[in-house]
Amino acid sequence: MDLAGLLAYGLFFLNLVGIYAIMALGLNMQWGMTGQFNIGIAGFFAVGAYTSAILTTGPSPTWLGGFDLPFLLGLAATVLVCLPIAWLVGRITARLRTDYLAIATIGIAEIIRLFFLNEGWLTNGVRGIPGIEKPLGTGNGGYLLIVTAFVALIWLLVEMARRSPWGRVLRAIRDNEPATAAAGKDIARFRLQAFVVGSCIMALAGGLYAHFVGFVSPEAFRPLYGTFLVWVMLIAGGSGNNLGAILGALVVWLIWSSTEMLAGVLPTDLIGSESAFRVFLIGVLLQIILVSRPQGMLPERRPPMPGEPR
Amino acid sequence: MVEVIQLLINGILLGSILALGAVGATMIFGVLRFAHFAHGDFMAVGAYFALSVVTVFNLPVLAALPVAMAATAGLAVAIDQLVYRRIRRVQPVILLISSFATALVLRSLIQMIWGSSNQVYQTGIQLPWRIGPFTLKPDHLLIFLAATGLVITVHLFLTRTRLGKAMRAMSDNMNLALITGIPADRVIMATWAIGGALAAAAGVFLGMDTRLHPVMGWTLLLPIFAATILGGIGRPYGAIFGGLVIGCAMELSTLIIPGSYKPAVAFAIMVATLVFRPQGIIKGTV
Amino acid sequence: MSLLDAQGLYAGYGGVDILRNTHLRLGADEIVVIVGPNGAGKSTAMKAVFGLVPIREGRVHYQGEDITNRPPERMVTRGIAYVPQEANVFPSLSVLENLELGAYALRGDHRPRLEKVFEIFPRLKERRNQQAGVMSGGERQMVAMGRALMVEPRLLMLDEPTAGLSPRLIDETFERIREVNQLGIGVLMVEQNARQALAIADRGYVLATGENRYEDTGPALLANPEVAEMFLGG
Repeated sequence: MDLAGLLAYGLFFLNLVGIYAIMALGLNMQWGMTGQFNIGIAGFFAVGAYTSAILTTGPSPTWLGGFDLPFLLGLAATVLVCLPIAWLVGRITARLRTDYLAIATIGIAEIIRLFFLNEGWLTNGVRGIPGIEKPLGTGNGGYLLIVTAFVALIWLLVEMARRSPWGRVLRAIRDNEPATAAAGKDIARFRLQAFVVGSCIMALAGGLYAHFVGFVSPEAFRPLYGTFLVWVMLIAGGSGNNLGAILGALVVWLIWSSTEMLAGVLPTDLIGSESAFRVFLIGVLLQIILVSRPQGMLPERRPPMPGEPR
Repeated sequence: MVEVIQLLINGILLGSILALGAVGATMIFGVLRFAHFAHGDFMAVGAYFALSVVTVFNLPVLAALPVAMAATAGLAVAIDQLVYRRIRRVQPVILLISSFATALVLRSLIQMIWGSSNQVYQTGIQLPWRIGPFTLKPDHLLIFLAATGLVITVHLFLTRTRLGKAMRAMSDNMNLALITGIPADRVIMATWAIGGALAAAAGVFLGMDTRLHPVMGWTLLLPIFAATILGGIGRPYGAIFGGLVIGCAMELSTLIIPGSYKPAVAFAIMVATLVFRPQGIIKGTV
Repeated sequence: MSLLDAQGLYAGYGGVDILRNTHLRLGADEIVVIVGPNGAGKSTAMKAVFGLVPIREGRVHYQGEDITNRPPERMVTRGIAYVPQEANVFPSLSVLENLELGAYALRGDHRPRLEKVFEIFPRLKERRNQQAGVMSGGERQMVAMGRALMVEPRLLMLDEPTAGLSPRLIDETFERIREVNQLGIGVLMVEQNARQALAIADRGYVLATGENRYEDTGPALLANPEVAEMFLGG
């Protein structure tokens, strides 16, 4: 690869890292800070991507397009559309125990995917929506500035939330729910808030993703890409730590990309399918992290809480 | 009416496949206190094991069934020893994430070993029997009978053997089981073996009914969890009941909504259970 | 030689000692009662002896053998049985299955043991196919004690066996405990109904904040005005 090619690849790479970092930050709000086990990330990611795709593209005979809204309005709409959906989902599931929440969220993600797959009038079904443009005619380089700005903005917001009294309550819920309830906090409400905020951040990442790739289809929102990689990123980076979430996104996407090269080098006879081999490697990697360093690269640094045991 | 009865027949068939998956999932849930997200992929692995036996030794599917069940049981125990056992004491949720990773690893292994395309055990079309206005494939009857036989075997195991009773006891009250001197490690291994074997059987039956595909198990994971929750966690009999209810509901739903939304029906029943009766129809343990 | 001899126990959860230099001793045929205010570490003492709470310092000897921090299944095979205060039956299993599982760690034929338990608790024989979870509190306590007796223990440890029972059932439970003891089984129990328990006990310990305060025969402790005032409610 020559220098220009390398540079182009680097820009492509960093854009996706940024988009995944935003999702990891959203997940960190739910899992890292509140202890909510959401494995339906792909669902909210898809809601954001499709919302933005439908609202910002030109007219089409095969799907509900033609709104031609500007980029930023499309992004704002991802949050607005995700808000009631996440609120409803959170409302139903906020009281559920961790494992039930996990099952419920994966079901919701699957139903959202089925919806986008089957409601062709809205989404063009399996063929997907093409021609989603980047704003102001930017290329990958210009777009990277936009993505980076969003990463910085979301990081700032999430980090401020983490240090705020609100964030302390979330952590208290995560660490000791009965004691927090006894302290008079409305646990269901705090959980719901964290769930909705986290999900909307994921939807925003979906909107950024749609404009970066220029094309959305249900295939992109299988649990692997939407959900699993984000989890690996957060766990590897260090759940509870917002910088860890971003670092995790960088490192895991680097590994994920290099598995592509590794799979390209190894003979096909040996590994069968290239994409399957990559998934296999990343799955094994997660298992190794979980067994050997479950706290991640940057472990959570917790401000001590008054009255907290230990 | 004819249509409804035909759908019920299909529903019972799907239900018995779900029940086999759900019995294993509920026992793992009950004994180890976590939702095992790789359970659907155990099913798929079992189905592919059987495919290898069928193609290599040129045997009928039912002869390959015991081999697939044993191999998947071994695989389940191995994964537990290699991965889950090491993180069991850390945090139950870490087990959830880990089982999610296991699911992906198994699925990608299937793709690497057996390929991503659809496969079948037997080519050629099986002529259905016509009983009055209804149709029934010989395979369907076979699946139903074999599933019933397996469920009865599990029932006898759970109620007549020491290990089976110990398994129910651990699912009931883990602390007391420990105090009583029940060897937890052995019971856990047995739970994985049985869960894996039953999942394999469910996968083989699913493959006989439709076709083999790397995501065949994953698509049934949600209905299996729905059956598990509906029947009450840790309750094998509840899981059988839950499987049949979910299977019939999914088939009957095609009368009103498009068939592609079948998983949504299972999901709706599950959410309704969680909201209105979280302990399940038969009171569960966790 | 005493059946059980625990010396200088320091034990607790997460690095916090609940027991501080606790001693317990029990002769082969004795009933020994531990009494004391809430939070005194009574239950913790039993759990520590049985290997359920890690002992940081001190030793536990049973029939002269060091059993400190042994896992529970080893205790059971040595002849020590423990009945926790709550959740002490397997609710979805039948009475018979509860009893059978009691002898899980033992080899050989359970039937003679089962007959012995049914002799002590005839009611359990009548209701042997009943699900334990739907039985009354008193019956569940019988199932729990029956389960413990299935290992043919030399030492039976009971954590508040009369908690939540009606006065009539309390009397009956103490009566049963006496019968069990007369079979040559040492009984170590924690009790809130301290007066009644001390009345049937050979000896008693008064624990407070994890330390031994008093130690004497049952009648002597009952007669001790300080103990009566501070720990037996006047």
